[in-house]
Amino acid sequence: MENNSDFLEIAGKKFKSRLIIGTGKYASFEQTREAIEKAGAEIVTVAVRRVNITDKSKESLLDYIDPKKYFILPNTAGCYTVEEAVRTARLAREGGGYDWVKLEVIGDEKTLFPDNAGLLEATKILVKEGFTVLPYTNDDPIMAKKLEDAGAATVMPLGAPIGSGLGIRNPYNIKIILEMASVPIVVDAGVGTASDATIAMELGADAVLMNTGIAGAKDPIKMAIAMNHAVKAGRLAYRAGRIPKKLYATASSPIEGVIE
Amino acid sequence: MVRRPFYFEKRKKMEIILNGEKKEVKENVSLPDLLKELDLTPDKVAVELNLDIVDKNNYDKTLLKEGDKLEIVHFVGGG
Repeated sequence: MENNSDFLEIAGKKFKSRLIIGTGKYASFEQTREAIEKAGAEIVTVAVRRVNITDKSKESLLDYIDPKKYFILPNTAGCYTVEEAVRTARLAREGGGYDWVKLEVIGDEKTLFPDNAGLLEATKILVKEGFTVLPYTNDDPIMAKKLEDAGAATVMPLGAPIGSGLGIRNPYNIKIILEMASVPIVVDAGVGTASDATIAMELGADAVLMNTGIAGAKDPIKMAIAMNHAVKAGRLAYRAGRIPKKLYATASSPIEGVIE
Repeated sequence: MVRRPFYFEKRKKMEIILNGEKKEVKENVSLPDLLKELDLTPDKVAVELNLDIVDKNNYDKTLLKEGDKLEIVHFVGGG
């Protein structure tokens, strides 16, 4: 049974869902809306981009995702410098009043791995400006600790490169990050299918963030449902406490009383 | 052909950099007038003028100058 008191708590705000989803790459705004609903997500990420001056389509993403119903988390995706990331966060705050930011400072176009030095600097600046900062980082426990010490509300290590679908490549590092952290840990990026999300949650992650894993599936709506179950299953298994791994068998039927 | 005085022509238009591209606008156009001309709703966008965020409460008193760098952004799908 699910426990109603099992909340994800970030910066004093409680969420029932431990699945955070991105809104990029869907076929339509309608599909985005349905995927969020089927995933049971409460927090959704959005990007900040220049308006297209020449082609202004009337519809906008936020006409489909009600900011009263969902918690909007703007990101700084696509920012390669501290300055760009900080400016983007400020624009998001002015544009929507959102003072939470999924902070990305990207180091390289091919891997989209974070630039950790820049990430740490941007975290410090934005924390000082009153933002609730959720930095996307690599699976480095020392970096995670530094971000936490800099005031990050949550640290979000990657499972694998963004959009790669490679799953949780270094579960042991995630485990160490979890043991060392006193803020929630969100595994962000790399999830390719339901079992990847379950593995992250079984390790003890507080939440999982994904976009391509759902939006890029052949049937995104079915995958959203699968991810909803996967995150819940992983969380329950973590709380239930798995059995230890042993090399040899332990019989589950009584050894005594077998006919001879 | 009747030539207008040169200052008349000159005062009419100016150039700004809007989202990285040159754009001719009315001289000293106010931010709300520019947004209206671009068919943008103020509550759905955020504006940065020469790297500084423009507070929505200050839109009315914000007049643009020749060469101003303006960024107008909104929220789109992203992960």
